[in-house]
Amino acid sequence: MEVIIILVILAILIAGSFLVAFFWATKDGQFDDTFSPSVRILMDNDREENKTH
Amino acid sequence: MNNLTSAVDSKVVCYHCGNDCKDEDIKEDNKHFCCSGCFTVYDILKNNNLCGYYDINSNAGVSLKSKNFKGKFDYLSEKNIEAELLSFKNEHMAKVILNVPSIHCSSCVWLLENFPKILKGVISSRLNFVKKELALDFDPNIVSLKEIVELMATLGYEPQINLESTGKPKIIDHETRRLLFKIGVTGFCAGNIMMMSFPEYFNLDLANQLDATYQKFFLYFNFILALPVFFYGASDYLKGAYYSIVENLKGNSKILSVDIPIALGISALFLRSTFETFVSHRAGYWDSMAGLVLFLLVGKWVQQVTFNYLSFDRSYKSYFPLAVKVKNESSQYKNVNGLAKGDVFYIHHQELIPTDAVLLNGNALIDYSFVTGESKPVKKLKGETVFAGGRQVAEQIELLVQKPVSTSYLTQLWNNDSFLKEKEIPTTELANAFSKYFTYLTIALALLVGIYWKFNDPILIWPSVTAVLMVACPCALTLSLPFTMNTTMSIFGKNRFFVKNQGVIQQLSEIDTIVFDKTGTLTEANKGEVRLVGDLNSYEERLVFSVVSQSVHPLSKLVASHLSQNAPLEVNYIFEVKGQGIEAIVDGTSIKVGKLDFVNGQTKNVGDSEVHILIAGEYKGFFTIEPRFRSNWKKLLANFKKTFELSLLSGDNNKMENFLRPVFGENMRFDQTPQNKLNYIKELQSEGKKVMMIGDGLNDAGALRESKIGIALTEDVQAFSPSCDAILDANKFENLADYIGFSKTALNIVKLSFLLSVVYNIIGVGWAASGNLSPVLAAIFMPLSTLSVVFFAVGLTWLTARFRKLV
Repeated sequence: MEVIIILVILAILIAGSFLVAFFWATKDGQFDDTFSPSVRILMDNDREENKTH
Repeated sequence: MNNLTSAVDSKVVCYHCGNDCKDEDIKEDNKHFCCSGCFTVYDILKNNNLCGYYDINSNAGVSLKSKNFKGKFDYLSEKNIEAELLSFKNEHMAKVILNVPSIHCSSCVWLLENFPKILKGVISSRLNFVKKELALDFDPNIVSLKEIVELMATLGYEPQINLESTGKPKIIDHETRRLLFKIGVTGFCAGNIMMMSFPEYFNLDLANQLDATYQKFFLYFNFILALPVFFYGASDYLKGAYYSIVENLKGNSKILSVDIPIALGISALFLRSTFETFVSHRAGYWDSMAGLVLFLLVGKWVQQVTFNYLSFDRSYKSYFPLAVKVKNESSQYKNVNGLAKGDVFYIHHQELIPTDAVLLNGNALIDYSFVTGESKPVKKLKGETVFAGGRQVAEQIELLVQKPVSTSYLTQLWNNDSFLKEKEIPTTELANAFSKYFTYLTIALALLVGIYWKFNDPILIWPSVTAVLMVACPCALTLSLPFTMNTTMSIFGKNRFFVKNQGVIQQLSEIDTIVFDKTGTLTEANKGEVRLVGDLNSYEERLVFSVVSQSVHPLSKLVASHLSQNAPLEVNYIFEVKGQGIEAIVDGTSIKVGKLDFVNGQTKNVGDSEVHILIAGEYKGFFTIEPRFRSNWKKLLANFKKTFELSLLSGDNNKMENFLRPVFGENMRFDQTPQNKLNYIKELQSEGKKVMMIGDGLNDAGALRESKIGIALTEDVQAFSPSCDAILDANKFENLADYIGFSKTALNIVKLSFLLSVVYNIIGVGWAASGNLSPVLAAIFMPLSTLSVVFFAVGLTWLTARFRKLV
């Protein structure tokens, strides 16, 4: 039944990796501008004038 | 039928910018454009297959009417000036960050980030919408900075390049990042501690071998997770409390910072829980502690949220051009900061004079409205001194520098003491005032409880004393202030009133004196009210309208728009003497319109903004153009007069003195220099008054800075505004009284929620004093009380705002 202890430690490690990801994102400046990325993701690369809908 | 077509026509809007195509209508691809500028942009976008711009938002473009950029950016071709703007450069790559104020929607993001497709040589383009900054990487061998900036200007996104934009590295807000790290770590630990605490709450059977193993594991695991919360997450509070105590012991300060009761509570939680874990082998209050620290940090984060896309700290540097054209130099352009006595430079039409200089050549007509508020341009003769901050309205002039920029007459204002010291912002004053009593009360209560149990049941001394300290931690109290203020700030923001930070709201509620600037603040900038002195019948009005509608002179245009309900008559003959007036024959009648001496030869001392009329040899009177006051200004001021002392400061002459006397009484000063204005505010404040200054121009900068609260009124919140504590959209001027009223309400809501949190504390302390506060109870009670106080404060703020129709 010690498996629960192993599982808990494993869970903490996985959660910890998300914490590291959060650090990385903060350092990278992801929270400095929260508006432009929301627009950027919707952009098509090219628009064809005659495309059929 | 005719009317019908015109009604339809007037609804034709520009495909690019959405403006009415009233004066001009260019048709292409079944689309309408209001000017050639807008059409050019469409053409560029079409050729580059970027018409998706219009799919994201319709009519998204920036109007380009009456814009002319030719030659404006020539100074960027100078290598050393270009180098000052670039943040990085080598042979194949240059990086620059440009501030683009006209960015306003998602289409802008789309277009500017597609810049590499429009201009060859641009490698990448990245926009920070919040800060309105465009970061560009380009190949200097293929394209120059000048070409990039010119194309941006053509597209309607003219970058703002001024003396301040030199050598600007990318600013990283380390303070905020550290806070985010702390919130991340504390949140992570708090979440896991809560999970680990559950088994204990559900009564593990300690007699059972297996359960006991787990219990120990969870206990120690919680302890490990709690360490970063206490030593990292809560470190600011512990340090703050330590410094506050040291300062108090040294006698430097009598304020007990609100950090002290917080640190006391957190430390009590930590020590008691450590004791429980290692000595009693029972669950501690780890989850309560972690939750508490997390809430506090979130509150701190909320507190420093600001409108970071607005600039509240501008000096003369943001107004001055980066470079001017100089004579007799190896380079053609020179950075304004580099100008030295004896340099000769040129100022073009509509450019700002950056330093005090002597006029060498040319026709100088200088508009000092920027500095003094006086809107009439001043004529200067050869050899006369012109001062920094003036705008040349005639053609190019040649000037000889007298003083370097930093010591000129205008910039001296910024060397004043009030610009050197930071303004005091009392964000925590209110909380500190509470905490003084709070700290003593908590310690006294804890002592009392300890003494009581010493005589009744000594085993309960420590559990009850620590429990009192834990429960009394003023978490809810410290959170209600930032959350209420943050809500108020965003409500103000929705109403186009932008405050610099939360402290400003508190100060707003304390002011007792309001000082107004006249030109541009009480009156609308660049607009006039036309009034007729004399008498004209409707036929004569038609005659006058027929004449003035032919002229492009600004006064004629104003009179024409005033009379525009008339239909024009046939003009037989017309002749305009520039700057004097018009002489014409309309419908067979001779008519003269213009200056008094032009119209009937009299040279009497009269106002400048008057248009005199002579019809068939008979003098009929004149139109006078008066500054137009903002709508409802009288009502607003009458409203203010009930509670505040009002004053007026004007850089203008005293023409309006009698008109304004009913409102301001004798508290009026005219012909004020920026320094005079600053001194006046200083005078008022030395009398103990709490002054709010409302102004608009650079001429108010000193007064705005010196006053307790300086509000800059502006037609466009993104555009230039002098250094201030709050920016108010000019259209919302009449609502100012509501905003001040609401700031008072917000402060009352904070006080009310303080009261609520005290009630919670009394309940909590009651439990704690009896020695019955179990970890489960603490884990439920403490976050619940905090959250309910926060919801109460935020909810009540929104409700009142809604009730007052602010949202």
